[in-house]
Amino acid sequence: MNTDIAIDARNVGKIYGSGAGAVTALGDVSISIKKGEFFTLLGPSGCGKTTLLRCIAGFETPTKGSIHLSGTDITYDPPYQRPVNTVFQSYALFPHLTVAQNVGFGLKMRGAAAADVAQAVDRVLALVKLEDFANRLPQQLSGGQQQRVALARALAPEPQVLLLDEPLSALDLKLRKEMQSELKRLQAETGITFIFVTHDQEEALTMSDRIGVMSAGALLQVGTPHDIYDRPTTRFVADFIGETNFLEGSVEDHQVRIGTGDLLAVPLEGETGPVTLAIRPEQVSVTSAQADMSGKITDATYMGTDTHYTIELKDGSPLVARIQSKSTATFDVGDTVGVAIDARAVQVLKS
Amino acid sequence: MGKTRAFDVTTLPGFTFIAILAFVLLYAPIVTLVIYSFNGGNSVNQWGGFSLEWYAVAAQNEAVQDATARSLIIAVWASVISTALATMAALGTTRRGKFTGQTVIYVIINQPLMVPEIVTAVALLIFFSSVKVATGYSGLGYLILAHSAFCIPFAYLPIKARLEGMDTTMETAAADLYATPLQTFRYVTLPLLLPGVIAGAMLAFIISLDNVIITEFVKSAGQDTLPTYMLGQLRRALTPEVNAISTALLALTILILTLFVFVTKKRG
Ligand SMILES: Nc1ncnc2c1ncn2[C@@H]1O[C@H](COP(=O)(O)OP(=O)(O)OP(=O)(O)O)[C@@H](O)[C@H]1O
Ligand SMILES: [Mg+2]
Repeated sequence: MNTDIAIDARNVGKIYGSGAGAVTALGDVSISIKKGEFFTLLGPSGCGKTTLLRCIAGFETPTKGSIHLSGTDITYDPPYQRPVNTVFQSYALFPHLTVAQNVGFGLKMRGAAAADVAQAVDRVLALVKLEDFANRLPQQLSGGQQQRVALARALAPEPQVLLLDEPLSALDLKLRKEMQSELKRLQAETGITFIFVTHDQEEALTMSDRIGVMSAGALLQVGTPHDIYDRPTTRFVADFIGETNFLEGSVEDHQVRIGTGDLLAVPLEGETGPVTLAIRPEQVSVTSAQADMSGKITDATYMGTDTHYTIELKDGSPLVARIQSKSTATFDVGDTVGVAIDARAVQVLKS
Repeated sequence: MGKTRAFDVTTLPGFTFIAILAFVLLYAPIVTLVIYSFNGGNSVNQWGGFSLEWYAVAAQNEAVQDATARSLIIAVWASVISTALATMAALGTTRRGKFTGQTVIYVIINQPLMVPEIVTAVALLIFFSSVKVATGYSGLGYLILAHSAFCIPFAYLPIKARLEGMDTTMETAAADLYATPLQTFRYVTLPLLLPGVIAGAMLAFIISLDNVIITEFVKSAGQDTLPTYMLGQLRRALTPEVNAISTALLALTILILTLFVFVTKKRG
């Protein structure tokens, strides 16, 4: 038994309803989340992120599989017996209780002495910088303040795992950036395992120790932000995280021949036959001189520090390049240019 | 593009006339009743000068005192019992998703609104008289039980409406924060539901206070409530004492209804 694991989900499946109207929200998800980790579940709307979180919190019972918390099977424990707390997307603060009463709620329900509750409330409110708001009602707070009360309320009982379901989606961009670093700080200070749900890939990349990418009820890839960004294993992950060019090709002589007839010395791990190459726009460089390949610029979009060029290769396939706007040469639509691909950084996906 | 005007009933011809007529028909008798409660004479329709005489008479009448006490006791018990049951029924029908037999449950809960009251009255009379024979008990319990039963739908409706407007995420959040189902009810559901519960209890109280038919059939000898006492008075000479009692009842009802409006308006 690995004692470093906080949450261990094994073959978890969840089907809502039955018969013709049944919806498979989770197919067969297995995942191990380490203690003290900032883990992010990332995926498009409807892929089952909330469902997985609700199964961990105990609001839903999986149709199959099991969930373990620090080695104990909690699959069928009711939510009020799990040392797991949730920050709800809608905050779900109790409107009839003050900020302090909201934050102290969990400890009070667990039977803590009033003095201990008060002490913990003070400590946690200080942690989220809301000391001065203890006696307000939730409706007397701004959205960002309510968000921090929700966070304080979930942290106060010192859960083993904190679940956060898109907690920042209701905030404006500036406040969201602030809360992102606030969350990182809180996680570092408390050492609590965070499981964070978002469909914002940038948020996931900047905040997480590890990311789990989900699609249609399945967990496609788990890894560090670097793994996920640099070494996507599926076309879905490559496409969902950042911008990616896809070129079809086939393996020949330990190289890959693409549609233009050019051979690329991409890193191969024994792949044969048809493959798909995932190429990030920043791995493509454009020159006015002759290069390995050539193409014609069909679109140029200035984006501040970078300019995105869409290049039509000889076989008609489009390739997007991201070039620093400060770079020496600039190009116009219609120019014929030389194209070079940093082949060592290209990711090879099975077709 | 011109905005289409919303249909406005007040622009129809004769609207003002019909509205005034309706108000006169509704309130003229009540206004008359209230005015004659202050009549100095002995008649309910011949003015004999202003006086509070009949209020004094009513207040000193032992039969009226007894009937008032009985009415209040029954109304308090009936509203407490029916509100408690209605709260449970409302929780059961709104907090556990759809279940088979739900429509049947709705019909059963609202049965007193649909079955003619006289039928229920006769049924209760027959049923309770055998219970009386079997147990020998003939106290106020029968009236309290009967009133509790027909007050349930009135208490149920505002409570159910309030619950349906309440998001279940509050209860989910409580469960997440270690509250057992009982604690969740005690510390979250009930406080949020309270305006609905109070409104339900007030409605039940008024409905019980006002009831004649079922009370008339179920009561034993000497168990007059205020309305059945007044009904009994009709058979004798009618004096403005009845007006005075009615006006007092009316005042109480208006007071409670005003509170009801305030309580239900403060929701959310
Ligand atoms: N209570 C429910 N009953 C039936 N189907 C449900 C229920 N809850 C979720 N679903 C379905 O299960 C699937 C996964 O839903 P889920 O809420 O887990 O997605 P999500 O990844 O959290 O999406 P989002 O990013 O939009 O919040 C969806 O197809 C959804 O329609
Ligand atoms: Mg969701």
